[in-house]
Formats: sequence, C-alpha cells, structure tokens
Amino acid sequence: MTASLNARNAIVALVIAGLLLLPLYSSMTGNIFVLTLFTRIVIFALAAASLNLIMGYGGMMSFGHAAYLGIGGYAVGMLAHEGIGSGFVQWPVALAASALFALVIGALSLRTRGVYFIMITLAFAQMAYYVASGLARYGGDDGLTIYKRSDFGGLINLSSRVQFYYLCLACLFGGIYLIWRIVNSRFGMVVQGLRSNEQRMQAIGFPGNRYRLVCFVISGTMCGLAGALLANNTDFVSPASMYWTRSGDLMVMVILGGMGSLFGPVIGAIVYLVLEEFLSQVTEYWALIMGPLLLLIVLFGRGGIVGLLGRLRRG
Amino acid sequence: MADPLLRVEKLVRRFGGILATDNVSLDVARGELHAIIGPNGAGKTTLISQLTGQLLPHSGAIYLAGQDITKVPAYRRSALGLARSFQITSLLSDFTAADNVALAAQAHDGHSFHFWGNARKIPHLRKTAQSALDRVGLGHRADVVVSRLSHGEQRELELAVALATKPQLLLLDEPMAGLGVTESARMVKLLQELRREVSIVLVEHDMDAVFALADRITVLVYGRVIASDVPAAIRQNEEVRRAYLGDQHAVTRHG
Repeated sequence: MTASLNARNAIVALVIAGLLLLPLYSSMTGNIFVLTLFTRIVIFALAAASLNLIMGYGGMMSFGHAAYLGIGGYAVGMLAHEGIGSGFVQWPVALAASALFALVIGALSLRTRGVYFIMITLAFAQMAYYVASGLARYGGDDGLTIYKRSDFGGLINLSSRVQFYYLCLACLFGGIYLIWRIVNSRFGMVVQGLRSNEQRMQAIGFPGNRYRLVCFVISGTMCGLAGALLANNTDFVSPASMYWTRSGDLMVMVILGGMGSLFGPVIGAIVYLVLEEFLSQVTEYWALIMGPLLLLIVLFGRGGIVGLLGRLRRG
Repeated sequence: MADPLLRVEKLVRRFGGILATDNVSLDVARGELHAIIGPNGAGKTTLISQLTGQLLPHSGAIYLAGQDITKVPAYRRSALGLARSFQITSLLSDFTAADNVALAAQAHDGHSFHFWGNARKIPHLRKTAQSALDRVGLGHRADVVVSRLSHGEQRELELAVALATKPQLLLLDEPMAGLGVTESARMVKLLQELRREVSIVLVEHDMDAVFALADRITVLVYGRVIASDVPAAIRQNEEVRRAYLGDQHAVTRHG
C-alpha cells in the first residue's frame, strides 16, 4: 500500500515538476508549440478537475460541464466586445455568471438522480449552446473574436506566452488545492457521504440536496474560470466550446485519469490531449485509435490511470 | 405516562391496492422498549419507514414528544431525536467506522458548510465517535473501512451511528438479522444496556430476543395491529397464536 502510494506520488511530483519547468524547456529548445499545447492542456485540466469535484467526489454525473467553459468565455468575449477590457471586471463577471448558471441548473437538475441527472444537465448545456448560437450581435454560430486579452494593468501581461502559461498553471494548482481542502472538510465529508449512501446520510440528519447544490456551484464556478482562461488563450469564443462533445471530452479526461483522485484529471487531460494532438497528426481517423484505447483503460484500469499506477506497483 | 414519547394515530399507507399499514395506532412511553413483531410481510418495515420519514403515510399522524412530525422530512426528524438502524445494513461502505460515526455526530453539530478545516481532525467529533464505538464494542476497529468489517460488526456499527446522534428514540429494524448465535447474544446484551439510556422501538424476528427485552409488544398482521400488550399477555393471546400458526411454537416455547 505504501509502495503503491509512493509510486503514485512520484508520478504526480514528476508531472508537477514537468509542468513548472515546461517554459524553460520551451525557451531552451525554441519549441513554442509545446508551450501552446500545454497551456491548453492546463486549462482543460482545471475544467476536468472542477468536474471531478462533483463527479468523482460528489457522485453527480454532469454531462453539461462544457456550458461553464462557454459562459466564462462569453463573459470575457462579450465584455471585450463592448469595450470593457479590464480583467478585474471581466473575470469576476465570468465567475459570477457561471455560479449563477450552476445555481439555477443545479436547483432544477438535483431533483433527479442517475440517468435523468445526466440527461437534464446535458439538456441545459445544449440550451446554452443554442442561445449562444443565436447571439447575432456576438457572432452567433461563427463565434466571437477577442481582439485584446483581458487587461490586468501592470500586474500581469496575458499576451506574454510564458506569463499566461504560469497564470493558467497557478489557477490549476490553486483549484486543486481548493478541492483538496474542500474534500477533507466537513462539507466535503458530507458530499462524499451522499455519494456513498444518500439514505443513510438523511437518516443521520443531513439535508442532502443543499450540500450537493453548493458543491455543484463551486464546481461550475471553477469551470467558468477555465472558460475565461480558454477564451484568452484562443482569442476567440464560440458556441462550439459548450457543445455536448466538449462535455464528453471533460468526462473522458476525468475517467481516464481517475475519478475521485486529486491529480487524476490533470493526468487525464495530459494523456487525452497529447494523444489527440499526435494521433490526429498521424491519421485523420485518430478517434478510431483513441476509442479502443479509452475502452481498454476503462475496462482494465478501474480508477483510471492513477488507479492503474497504484495496482501495477502492488502486483 | 400521560405524554408518550411516540404516538402513532391511525396510520394508513397503501401500495397500489395493498394496505401495508392499516389504521395502525400505538404509543411508546419514555424509557420503554417496545417491540413490533409480525409474520413476514406484515408491514413492519413500512411502518418504521414512515416513522423515520423515508415514506409518507396516506393518512394518520405521528407525534414525537407531543410534536406532530407526520410531514417533517427525514433529516429533520433526526435533529428532533429520532434515530434508526436499517434492516439491511446501510452504512457508508467506503468510509472507516470512525468516519461513519463522526459524520453522524457532525450532523448534530451545527451546519456543515465548513470548507476549510480537516473534518477528521476535529477533536470533539472524533471523541464522540470513539465513545460511541467503544459503547458497542468496536473501539478497536475505528480505523477499519466498513466494507472490511464483518457482518456482525456492521450491525454494531449501525447502532453506534444511531447513538452518535444522541437520540431520544431509537428505531431498530431487525438488528439481529443475519447474526450468528454468539453475535445475537452480544447484541441482546448490548440492547439490554442501551435501553437504560434511550427509548427503543425494536422490530425483530428473533422471538428469544423480543421476549427477553421488550416491555411491551405490538403484533402486526397484514398491516393491522392485532394486539399490543406486555409480553406475558401476548404469549397467551389466542389471535396472536393463530397468526403465528406456522411458527406458533416459536412464540410459546421460549421464555
């Protein structure tokens, strides 16, 4: 058990060190592409980590998590379009809008469980998708180009690749630290207890849905932050960022890396997006290789890659 | 005994055309151990589920210490001092024994919207958990994950969880279910101690246990109360004997 934990910790430490040193490698080798790729990966890792909070720890299978990516992104994009370029306005609005959306969606969908919960969160995300498609003023279907990244005065320059990368990384690590605290707190114990046995939790006196809803909102807000980062990264936001396949990608990252493990989603995001990148260079039909690969990991690696690491060492 | 701790009045619950609870009325006095017996399918668990709020009755009323709780949701009944154990063990199976009990204590320690401090390091919750575990003889198993506890230990843990909520009334749904002879004996001994501290409603098939423990016994058949009296009177009751024809000797032989 300790040996397996050590193996897992070693991998996690390696990943953290790698992510921290990546810009150094990039500037030494002049490989800008790797920095661009990993900026994207880090942002998706944050989104996946936020999904992991409700899915892995809370047992809420949200199939509409990409909606927050879009909402966070559109908050930045729309404000920029209207001439409000300050990040100190854009980002709080992005977070607040995501939180509000999560509150409404959560209040309605948490009345259901299981497949119905999956379907209803999916339906709401698709609704957001179609609303964004109908925003003629903000590009509609074609999306909205952001001509200037969020302005944080002299504090940080988002147009600098390295600074922006480190900002994303700080958000990711901050998010994971927050999740770690939450999961071990009284609140986190209740949420995990509800995943384990809702009937029991009610019998000992917990009003389950209140705790679930707050968890849902925290998760949505965190994903909204990823959305704001993503919009700045691509200088563009479009309805496609909330399409249901995007929600599926996030789910796959979480399951691939390991549901309910702190760094699982980070590893999941790295593996998924790196594979996607390289396989799509090899063949147009990269999904044909990716699909079976995922299937194998889900079938044989219960607990995802992180779980697999633990068992490899034990056996 | 003017003011019973629990009063059930003309409770009715149907499942489709079946009357699972048919005008059930009963009183449980403070300090009493009240057993509910009846053949399989008599509606015992249905009745318990209505008492705890998992099921709502179609008509009738339930009072706890004089307060009408008929429509009070399950989680709030717990705050009012009602605790239950489940017929089929229902615990947080991926948590440790101590975590299970500590969560029960936490539920009665204000709201749980605390997002920062480590819940496993809150001294008074851990202490409550440890003393509840000690109480049922599981003190040495505190850090074992529930799924690795034996069935008997899980039954005892159910009790510890219920006790940690500091209940006025304990509803035990077949605590002896699936226990071996020695384990059953231990459970009876434990209940004998607990009854001095808390009022208990006990649903049980084990007639040895029921007649050894109960102050009063209510007999349910097809959802109806056919008798409610002290054990000696129940043993003599003709109607009860008839209801238990198949295992009549089970009622009469012991005691």
